[in-house]
Amino acid sequence: MSTLATPQKPWAKRPIDRARELAIVLFAGFFSFAFVAVTEMKGKLAYALIFFIAYALLSATFAFISRGAPAAKDAVVSTFVSLGAVLTVLPMLSILFTVIKNGLPGLHLGLLNHDMSMATPTDPIATGGILHAVTGTLTLVALALIMSVPIGILTALYLTEVKGKFAGPIRFLVQAMSGVPSIVAGLFILSAVLYPITKGYSALMGSLALTILMIPTIARTSEEVLLLIPNDLREAGTALGGTQWRTVAMIVLPAARSGLMTAVILGVARIAGETAPILLLTGGGDKVNPNPFNGSVGSIPYYIWKSFNAGSPEAITRAWAGLLVLMVLVFILFIAARSLSSRKISK
Amino acid sequence: MIQTPESEKTMSSTTPSSLASVAQAKPERNGTNSAQGTGLETRGIHAWFGKNHVLSDINLDFTAGSVTALIGPSGCGKSTFIRTINRMHEFIPGAAMAGEVLLDGKDVYAPGVDVTKIRLQIGMVFQKPNPFPSMTIGENVLSGLKLAQLKVDNKDDLLEECLVRAGLWTEVKDRLNTHGGSLSGGQQQRLCIARALAVRPQVLLMDEPCSALDPGSTLRIEDTIRELSDTMTIVIVTHNMQQAARVSDYTAFFLSDGGPGEMIEVARTSEIFSQPKDQRTENYVTGRFG
Repeated sequence: MSTLATPQKPWAKRPIDRARELAIVLFAGFFSFAFVAVTEMKGKLAYALIFFIAYALLSATFAFISRGAPAAKDAVVSTFVSLGAVLTVLPMLSILFTVIKNGLPGLHLGLLNHDMSMATPTDPIATGGILHAVTGTLTLVALALIMSVPIGILTALYLTEVKGKFAGPIRFLVQAMSGVPSIVAGLFILSAVLYPITKGYSALMGSLALTILMIPTIARTSEEVLLLIPNDLREAGTALGGTQWRTVAMIVLPAARSGLMTAVILGVARIAGETAPILLLTGGGDKVNPNPFNGSVGSIPYYIWKSFNAGSPEAITRAWAGLLVLMVLVFILFIAARSLSSRKISK
Repeated sequence: MIQTPESEKTMSSTTPSSLASVAQAKPERNGTNSAQGTGLETRGIHAWFGKNHVLSDINLDFTAGSVTALIGPSGCGKSTFIRTINRMHEFIPGAAMAGEVLLDGKDVYAPGVDVTKIRLQIGMVFQKPNPFPSMTIGENVLSGLKLAQLKVDNKDDLLEECLVRAGLWTEVKDRLNTHGGSLSGGQQQRLCIARALAVRPQVLLMDEPCSALDPGSTLRIEDTIRELSDTMTIVIVTHNMQQAARVSDYTAFFLSDGGPGEMIEVARTSEIFSQPKDQRTENYVTGRFG
């Protein structure tokens, strides 16, 4: 058998199939335009709705003619599934677009190295900046990380490795805690720590509340990750003469590293834009506050809230710019943590 | 001792005479010290999982410097038995046991015994190759030292020695810094053997070490087992009677008749496969049941 064979894909779509799909899309588009023009319906949503209905009907009809009823059902269901995906992505894209569109005019060269201590809400946009808010948010996140990562991961280790007597109740409490509204965490710190003990705003107070919100996310995600580590590895470590602690530290945790990193990212994503406890606990100054343990401190969510409240057109543009910076910041953190966790694995 | 793949194939039709001839083809060995009371002994071992009595009254002595194979149908308690020897049995929730495991005359279950020291002296190789995924090949071999916080003078020498003894050195010596996951299944299992050797155990327990491997890798590991048995006591659980006949000096037959598993018979491997004393052993080794 020395005949030359060329690689082919008999299952691939033929040009005529592609042409038909294109025709359906074009016709559905045309139909939605015509329908909206003739009837009283108005707006983008009407176009999308009519387009979707027309597309589903047309593709089902074609499928029915060429391959029968089951194929027609298949076509309708595929259309619905694609609609689900589109409905998920559209709001995201819409938010992103709105934030970028409204935030870009607020950006200027001094934005990240000035604070608002010398600017009033009605000043032109080029004065002042959000240095105080960015440093404040980074301080809050860093303090919350320092407190919540050890507690969260140790909780997960108690649930998966120690499997102590209280594992059941603790698991239940951690799950319940992840539903705690952030304002409750804020009020708790306010009444339990701020009023009776420190009697003053500080970044530490804010991060204590954020820690309460972050621990359940980290603990639950870490627990799920640790449960995925095969028991073989724990047995192998123990059989080599390792104590449980050394087996966990040397084998289980390194094997779960990228998953634990994801848990921390999810925790940061949970709290980076958290506003309610920040409003209660940090005081939100307009100056950079280098002391995280004393004095009010600004943060991006606080800055956004304050600027929108100020109401002047300049202040509202500043608020949008703050939103844009917050989104970029979270995005950068996300990418950085992702690449950190995947680099070690691919090596 | 090493069978070629062709002879492996012709032998797969199990007949008592062929297994016996395989068993007798080995040089007769008594181990370095055949006197009782040295090495590893088990006295009246019972095991339970919850209320389920799975193993009843096992008395078995392992001669130092020999290979003992444990054979028997699935669920007869062979794996449970070897896991009682290095105290891995207690990791299963609900597990219980009775009896004594004497290592050099001392009960490993005696109060105050440091269980991590016991596991350093009694190494274990598992059914599924399980190299540590976060470590390189070299780190895997030396991981036992780090886990048990042992110090050695020359790590490179130890690394090479263990990999040579496990029959893996020539295949991996140029990529000691790559991850163990890049190795084939058979190589991974030899890596696990090298890892177990690095802490210099007296006894090596192997729980069906070749059941996930192809015949070529199996033969390499059997070769390794024969070489290792000059310096240590090896206990191997296997479902492959060819393997028991090829590698072991002594064979113990376990059986469960619905109740807890019992040891039916233990003898020289050549005797088990040629003239077993018990009818049930003969039925099993000739393939009439099980």
